[in-house]
Amino acid sequence: MSLLNGSKVIIIGDRDGIPGPAIEECAKAAGAEVVFSSTECFV
Amino acid sequence: MNSVIKGAGYILSHAPDMVLHNGTTQTTEKVVNPNSEYLVELPKHLRSYEQTLNYMPNQVYIGNMTPDELAQHAQPWYNQDAPVKERYGKFGEIMPQDEFYLLMQVSDVFDLVELEKDFVADVKPRLAADPIITESIMARVKDGVSEEEVQHWVNEEGAEPLYNNNKLIGCVKRAHDVDVNLSAHVLLEDLACKAGSVLALLYCVKNSGINPADVEYVIDCAEEACGDMNQRGGGNFAKAAAEIAGLTGATGEDVRGFCAAPTHAMITAASLVKAGTYKNVIVTAGGCTAKLGMNGKDHVKKDMPILEDMMGGFAVLVSENDGVNPEINLDILGRHTVGTGSSPQAVISSLVADPLERNGLKITDIDKYSPEMQNPDITKPAGAGDVPLANYKMIGALAVKKGELEKKELAAFPEKHGLTGWAPTQGHIPSGVPYIGFAREDILSGKIKNAMIIGKGSLFLGRMTNLFDGVSFVIQANTGAEDNSGVSEDEVKSLIAKAMKDFAMTLMGEEEGK
Repeated sequence: MSLLNGSKVIIIGDRDGIPGPAIEECAKAAGAEVVFSSTECFV
Repeated sequence: MNSVIKGAGYILSHAPDMVLHNGTTQTTEKVVNPNSEYLVELPKHLRSYEQTLNYMPNQVYIGNMTPDELAQHAQPWYNQDAPVKERYGKFGEIMPQDEFYLLMQVSDVFDLVELEKDFVADVKPRLAADPIITESIMARVKDGVSEEEVQHWVNEEGAEPLYNNNKLIGCVKRAHDVDVNLSAHVLLEDLACKAGSVLALLYCVKNSGINPADVEYVIDCAEEACGDMNQRGGGNFAKAAAEIAGLTGATGEDVRGFCAAPTHAMITAASLVKAGTYKNVIVTAGGCTAKLGMNGKDHVKKDMPILEDMMGGFAVLVSENDGVNPEINLDILGRHTVGTGSSPQAVISSLVADPLERNGLKITDIDKYSPEMQNPDITKPAGAGDVPLANYKMIGALAVKKGELEKKELAAFPEKHGLTGWAPTQGHIPSGVPYIGFAREDILSGKIKNAMIIGKGSLFLGRMTNLFDGVSFVIQANTGAEDNSGVSEDEVKSLIAKAMKDFAMTLMGEEEGK
């Protein structure tokens, strides 16, 4: 069973850290359902 | 032949009242949480103009300190004395807010900026005393209007107020009753951006020694859009700012791409010059009122001064090869493409490792990298980390992965090939370009042989794509003004003279032989 199986996930990525789409791929691979994903910029 | 970087201008303007009234963190807070503790506490954390002069990253930005000198001081810097506290530096200046308001009025050609007459009378002599400000610019200063008239525009006509030391001293009027693109809010942002570009252009022209009339093309790469309801981003900031700066021989265009735009614009300028389309192109940008105080909540929470109280601006002159100045090498171009992917490793590979590899170079062959040079004093307390350092760690790690750097050398990579960030968090302003002025000097002096400028942009913020973007290019020492364009006029004359001489000799020989 994957780590995030059955979990709904909200992703806020950081443009200068790990961006949303990259986290999204990891979360999906871990079995999560991504309900929202975006990348924000603080600089 | 490759184009060269002939000079640059870098300017800052202090904007404490604009932090309160125009920064989107604050304007949003006023809407969603008008009684918040943050809004009450914020004014106590604003810096005086003298404090912004006494701040090392600002002195680096205008060229009074080098990035290396800044790196020798332990962080944080906001509570330290700067060794220099000057308004003027070799690249530009730090302009006080009141003078910048006057420059905004000067930059306005539609009578949209109205300043109170006593304020104008007070500030005008000080702006006139600025050595970069020309008589033609001062001739554009209006006398000002009464306090009642300013209040009328603000209270009854939808004008955006301008404050100095919390006192209403003027306004920016709307240019249309209905069109939101010509609202007072948008026009204030646009005119502030334009004024910053004008000031940067003036310094770029002065520092590079070019005749203003010889500038043929200007490319603006800021992040604002000017236009009306029928063409929202119609432009053209570049030509508008060139007009005020007296660049009578120039036309221009706006290049947009979020924070990546300055690097896109530099590549465009270098291409135009290398192609022979234009001899002298300036890449320019003013600053961004919306980003003032962007991370203010964290700064107030940590009892720090509001460090995002500076608007930035820069301008770089790209010219045909003079055999002296550093060149822009267009063979080594990094591009984040649609298919690149968004992981940090994929991004840095596309911008750094791949273009170098295509040209038979290693990551360690580049002496200095200039990615995003945000000041860590601003970003670290806000939880965004040290942005330049994070970039250097990733570049170094890629070098190790490619076998170009020993793992034990990784720790020293950021210091050896990197720079400590000093630029304000004004989006496009810190993106790659802050180092170009220093890089030109460092290459000319032989301190370094080359540098890579890297621009990255958050395209997803515009909600048109989820993609990220980035481009990079390399500046290198001049390889000499070898003329590869064919045979020169002198050479043709010399060849013809030699041929005629040979022919004459032949004739003489034949004559003697007879």
